[in-house]
Order: sequence, then C-alpha cells, then structure tokens
Amino acid sequence: MNKETQQRRHWLKQIRGLGLLALGLCASPLSVFAKKTDADEAIQKITGGAVAKEGKVILTIPPLVENGNLVVLKVSVDSPMTANDYVKSIHVVAEGNPLPNIFTVYLTPRSGTANITTRVRLADSQTVWAIAQMNNGSFWKGSAETLVTLSACTELV
Amino acid sequence: MSKTSRTSISMPTTAKKDSIIEIRAIAQHDMESGFRYTESGKLIPRDIIRTFTCTYNNVEVFKADFYSGIGANPLIIFTTVAVESGTLEFTWIGDDGYEAINQARITVS
Amino acid sequence: MKRLIPPYLLGSIFFVLATHQFIGDVNSAPPLKQSSYELMSAENKAMQDDPSLNPAMFWVGDGETLWQKKLGPKNKSCSTCHGDAKKSMRGVAAQFPKVVKGKLQTIEGQINQCRESAQSVPALPYESRDLLALTAYIAMQSKGLPITVSEDSTNTSYLKKGRQIFNERMGQLNLSCAQCHEDRAGLKLGGSLIPQGHPNAYPIYRLEWQTLGSLQRRLRNCMSGVRAQQFEYGSAEMAQLELFLMWRAQGLPLESPGVRP
Repeated sequence: MNKETQQRRHWLKQIRGLGLLALGLCASPLSVFAKKTDADEAIQKITGGAVAKEGKVILTIPPLVENGNLVVLKVSVDSPMTANDYVKSIHVVAEGNPLPNIFTVYLTPRSGTANITTRVRLADSQTVWAIAQMNNGSFWKGSAETLVTLSACTELV
Repeated sequence: MSKTSRTSISMPTTAKKDSIIEIRAIAQHDMESGFRYTESGKLIPRDIIRTFTCTYNNVEVFKADFYSGIGANPLIIFTTVAVESGTLEFTWIGDDGYEAINQARITVS
Repeated sequence: MKRLIPPYLLGSIFFVLATHQFIGDVNSAPPLKQSSYELMSAENKAMQDDPSLNPAMFWVGDGETLWQKKLGPKNKSCSTCHGDAKKSMRGVAAQFPKVVKGKLQTIEGQINQCRESAQSVPALPYESRDLLALTAYIAMQSKGLPITVSEDSTNTSYLKKGRQIFNERMGQLNLSCAQCHEDRAGLKLGGSLIPQGHPNAYPIYRLEWQTLGSLQRRLRNCMSGVRAQQFEYGSAEMAQLELFLMWRAQGLPLESPGVRP
C-alpha cells in the first residue's frame, strides 16, 4: 500500500512539474512580444525612426474596465499651444489590439489646448501609448496600462 | 449613393473673444471593425468613419483620423479658440460613401 | 472516527440554514433596493447621465420623429391620438407591464397593439430600430419617476407566474434568477459584480451589444448564460417575468434610456 502511494505521489509530482513548465512557456515574454512588435512598428512609422522622449503626454484610461467595447480615453499634452510652440499631432497606439493604431488628431495653435477625449475599443488588458509630435518636429510619449474584464453573461448570438 | 446618419454637437453658443471652448461631437455609427465574424464564420467587412474635420468660418481647425479601434457611436471632445463669431462646420467621412455634416453657430464678443 | 455530530447540533445548524434561506426568500421584503447604476464606473455613469455623451439619445431622437409620422390607411401618427408625448406619456413607462383590454402588455407590446389596431399597420419586430426608438422615446418621458407597478386585481395571476419563473431553476447550469440576483447580489461572478437585476433603465445602450437593446434582449442573454431555452420575444412568459421584475423594483426611479456595461 505504502510503496504504491509513494510511486503515485512521485508520478503526480512529475506531472505537476511538467504542467508548471508548460504554463511557464505559455506565459513567457515570447508570446506577448508578438503584439508588442506590431505596436512598436506602428510607433516607428509615426516617428520615422526618431526616438520619442517620455514626458509631456498624459494618457488616462480607467485602470479597470468593465467592458472593452467602449472605454473613455483622455490624452493631454503639456504645451502652451502658441504659434511658436504647439502640438501638431497626437497618435494613439494600443499594444494589445488586432490593429495597433486607434486614432490620430491634428491640432493647430487655434486649438487652445492639446486635450482630447474619445471612446475606444480595447481587445484585452494592455498598455496603450500616445505619441505627440511638436511643431519643432520632436516626439514625446506617454502610456497607460489597463485591465479589461468581460461581463459574466455575454450574448449567445 | 452616399449614406449618412444622425450626429450631435455640444458647444457653447456664445463666448468671450479668445477664450477656449470645448466641443463635443458624436455620430451615430456602428463602426464595424472588420475583425468580427458572423455565426457561420464569415468575416464582416470593415465599415467605419475614417475622418472627422472641423472648420471655423471655413478654416480647418481640427482633424481626426479614426481606425477600427474607435468605439461605436464615435465621440470626440476637443477644444478650439473662440476667435470670432461665425459658423463651425463638422464633417464625418467613412467607408461605403458615408458622409455626415453638422453645423453650429457661435457669437463671440 | 468516533466523533458523531450530536443531533441537537445538527438540528440547530439546519435551523440556522433554513432561516437564513428564508431571510433571502424573494417573497419577503428585499433588504435594500439598488439600481445597477451604482455598480458602474464613474465614466459609464457619466455616459448615462449626460445627454451629450449618451449614445441612446440618437434613438430617442428617432423616436421623436417616428411619434409624428403619419402611417397607414387612416393616416394616423402616435401624436394624432396621444398628442404631445411629454405630457401624455409622462409616467406611462413606470406603469408597464400592465393589463390592457384583457391582455398583459409590455411597452413594446402596447406600441405594436396601437400600430395594428389604431393605425392599421404591421407590428414592428423586436429589436428593430423603429421599435427601440419608440420605446426609448416613451420610456424617457418617465425618466426620474419611481416605478409604480404594483399588485392589483387584474395582474395577480400573471404576477404569480412571473414570480414562479424568477424562482425556478433553468438551463444546463440549473440556476434560477433568484439564486444570482437575490441570494448573491453584491457578490462577484467572474470579474463582475452581480447586480440585483432591476429593469429600471430600459431600453439600455449596452456596451456589450454596442447598441441599444430591450429588456427582453437582456433577459434572453441571462437565459443563454445559464444555457436555458430562451423565451421568445413578445411571449406571454416574457411579459409575466417583466411584470414580476418591475413589481420587484417598485419605487426605484426610472433611468431610461440607460447605459450598462
């Protein structure tokens, strides 16, 4: 009886180890990069390869989202918005969406502020980026992370 | 044959000269992303609003490019400087010949 | 292994469970009525409260136009009989479902009954743009008013049936409405808080649907959620369940047209 139990426990431990290994592989950074590279590519296209500095851009999304179909997103770029110093464009890119680009806005000194609010679709929990281009050609970036949950009783079409 | 839908603009009707006003623009549109499937597994083609522009007495003061990630019944809130009295015109252009136009008057003193 | 639970202890455990169950029973007064509005994020609450942010307002606008539209051989619009909706429809949505000409009607059912008998035009399909628009426009005229559906001599038998449906286990998951929305309201299912399930904001712009929908659509979602055979749109069972739910939500102010995740 004892020897059998010992052998069974040994096998169970082996299987558990294999299970954990499999889980570890699933959760490895390799699978996450697949989406992140799309977003990185999109950002590279926006900046033309230039480096976007962190700062000036504040991206606000609720940290916990009840439904990813309509998420309020606010971007605010610190800028005097004068003829000599203003934000020319703001691009928002999502790491976890099937298509990384979400929207782009084009501003002028007549905009008054570089504050934008809209409602976006977020396919999954992820990091979202906002890249702002200034009139002097420089790029600035900011990001926000969010957890996206789903309603318990979804619709069976 | 172009298709269209209801839109709604919320902004002040009067403002002090050179003050900053907030404009809310929303259009009724499903924004079919192009990533959804029918029950039988067929891909539903993309059908979204692609651009939104705002002109102020015929001068473009704001433009936005929308992609599939913008939510249905797209809302955009932005600001502009109340430089003079006049008419602001808002245009939404999208797939399948979609076009919607709305206007609002402002008195600036 | 010689430890046996003494009968008196077993008896008292059973007694506590039984009374606890009784306290949760849907036939006694519920603890405190709460709209699922309270469970929403600040952003979603703002979306419901502000007409410039609430997508449902587009349907209300459509409904306002439809209200005036003359239809059918008699060339009648809703306004022909009912005049200004702001006056004639005020408080109406808070009273439905109710028995009209011997039949238990929901608002959608009543709209279709008017169309068929007074206007002589065909009924509108459930979840069609026009029916949702009219429902949203009419329901909005009762915004802020408390639900007044109560038991009376005309609806007693329907209310009883509705209560039975609410308490009866259904579907592959073998769950009743009461088990989630009465006994476990406030607890979590998955990542979401379980609401009490009051129908005080319908029709709603549901983020899940990305469009406006009726209470019956939502109830069908619940039923597919427990893998039950869904009640048909416009069926007698639907009306009975709606009646019970509105009776259960008495006193809660109507938020129509609402926003829900």
